[in-house]
Amino acid sequence: MSTSALILMVSVQSLVTVVTVYFLMRVLKTPPKSESENTEN
Amino acid sequence: MAKANEGWGSRIGLILAMAGNAVGLGNFLRFPVQAIQNGGGTFIIPYFVSFLLMGIPLLWIEWSMGRYGGVRGFHSTPFILGSMGKKRMWKYVGTFAIFTNLGIISYYTYIESWTLSYTLKSIFQSFQGMNIHQVEGVFDQYAGIHGSLTDNKIDINIPTWGLVAFFVTLAVNIYILSKGLSSGIEKVAKIAMPLLVLFGIFLAIRGITLGHTGMPDCSTCNSQTGLDFLWTPDFSSLANPKIWLAAAGQIFFTLSVGMGTIHCYAAYLKKNDDVALNAMSAGWMNEFVEIVLGASIVIPIAVGYMGLDWVKENAGFMMAFKTMPYLFNQWGPILATLSGIAWFGLLFFAGITSSLAMGTPFIGFMEDEFGWSRKKGALMLGILIMILALPTIFFFEYGVFDEYDYWTGTVALVVFALAEVILFSWVFGLNKGWKEITRGADIKIPGIYKFIIKWVTPIFILIIFLTALVKPLHGELPDWQLAFHQLFTKGTWPWADDSIIAQLFHLNQKVVWFDHGVPTGMFFKDMARFLLLFTFLGLSYLTHIAFKKRKTSSKTLES
Repeated sequence: MSTSALILMVSVQSLVTVVTVYFLMRVLKTPPKSESENTEN
Repeated sequence: MAKANEGWGSRIGLILAMAGNAVGLGNFLRFPVQAIQNGGGTFIIPYFVSFLLMGIPLLWIEWSMGRYGGVRGFHSTPFILGSMGKKRMWKYVGTFAIFTNLGIISYYTYIESWTLSYTLKSIFQSFQGMNIHQVEGVFDQYAGIHGSLTDNKIDINIPTWGLVAFFVTLAVNIYILSKGLSSGIEKVAKIAMPLLVLFGIFLAIRGITLGHTGMPDCSTCNSQTGLDFLWTPDFSSLANPKIWLAAAGQIFFTLSVGMGTIHCYAAYLKKNDDVALNAMSAGWMNEFVEIVLGASIVIPIAVGYMGLDWVKENAGFMMAFKTMPYLFNQWGPILATLSGIAWFGLLFFAGITSSLAMGTPFIGFMEDEFGWSRKKGALMLGILIMILALPTIFFFEYGVFDEYDYWTGTVALVVFALAEVILFSWVFGLNKGWKEITRGADIKIPGIYKFIIKWVTPIFILIIFLTALVKPLHGELPDWQLAFHQLFTKGTWPWADDSIIAQLFHLNQKVVWFDHGVPTGMFFKDMARFLLLFTFLGLSYLTHIAFKKRKTSSKTLES
């Protein structure tokens, strides 16, 4: 595998994995909204 | 009339269902093929630009439109769109989304049934010891394909086992849909998505680490060569509009935007539930499956055993069924069986999580507008799918399947996305729209997206639509220049066969319905179009009745 291909593959796949995990963790760590929050205007 | 008691059981369940909606067979089969045909590693640049400027905005728009309509008691696109635009035409634009899903789910369920059958074939080691031609033959026999059409006779494809598998797959879909959101779709997504990722990781590791396979008389039989071909950047290709269009098109297909499924899932959210972070999480999950897993399986493994030249020539959707079982055979009986189960299992999970989403708009519509139960709606959906799918099965070789895919799975998505972005940004108004996107948001959305959603996304989609509409032969940059030159000098345009105009009016083709009294492929394709048109008109009539019913009931309430 050429260096440029390897760099591109590793950097793109790492970036996508990190961003996916980051957003998923944000979802899992955010406390659910209460009923009152959902009825507020 | 609206049914408000349904909802998602958990936030993660919703995100997995939304990600499942987006993750489909295309993540594993379409993306790597598009990448190798369009600049290799460079493809990722226009792909990411399209994701940021068109994909993410459309995700936010569709999620917030769905929630906006759902809060008002609408769970299907005709009245979700109708609640945002005063003109009656928006309801019919919304009907377009139900039509699109019906069209796609019809042929998609058939493909899904192939993956189910092939999972079983892998479990029973049906491909063991077969060479590539025998594996190809298994598919042709399974799908009842003759190979070439006979003169003076109609060749009907009657795949006995294919039909049985189709009806079983359809029944599974209908059963899950009849169970509702939290007890049906969400439960399936919670099992299918983690398994899909697990199977994908197993195969991706195998694809990346396969290396040189030592196949005789094949110097390029090395999975690293495949990865090299897929990821080597060719920056000169960035100036080619064809690559930008291919990348933008891939974003449409992969995110399942422009279909109305996201609206219908999001319609079961509460007023202040987050859409900004949820959309990001589901969208990026899809990107992970596509870029990390999808790019590391088919191409590297195929190059590993078949060589680069073979893959360049044969890369396509059918590799999944006609090539992969042969490649797995090279790993010995146990690993071949496990890999077959993992591969076809992941395709089945990717398929079913998408088809369940496609079934939701119609059921939501019948529940909301005609007071049908979910079970009754699911059953009627099953009947409609059967009516629409059987011609794609029986006349597979006449191109009926491709006709459905072109109109409902390709053109319709762009048309609907263009309409919805105009509705959201310009008719409903971006100030109100922005409030909807940011309401209850668990992340801060960069303000630049206000400008992007109003200007960049609609223009982006408009360009995609117009270029697909009038695409000249070959579609490369010099071809556009030549086409305009020809237009101004000779007053003619060199239509590409796959341009929308050429397809619509059968340009570059001989229009013959009967040859010596026997129907031609053109006849079957046109009949498929009539069937699709009739379906759309039927759905529009239902929307019309629903609209009248709502009008009458609101007048009764007023008096």
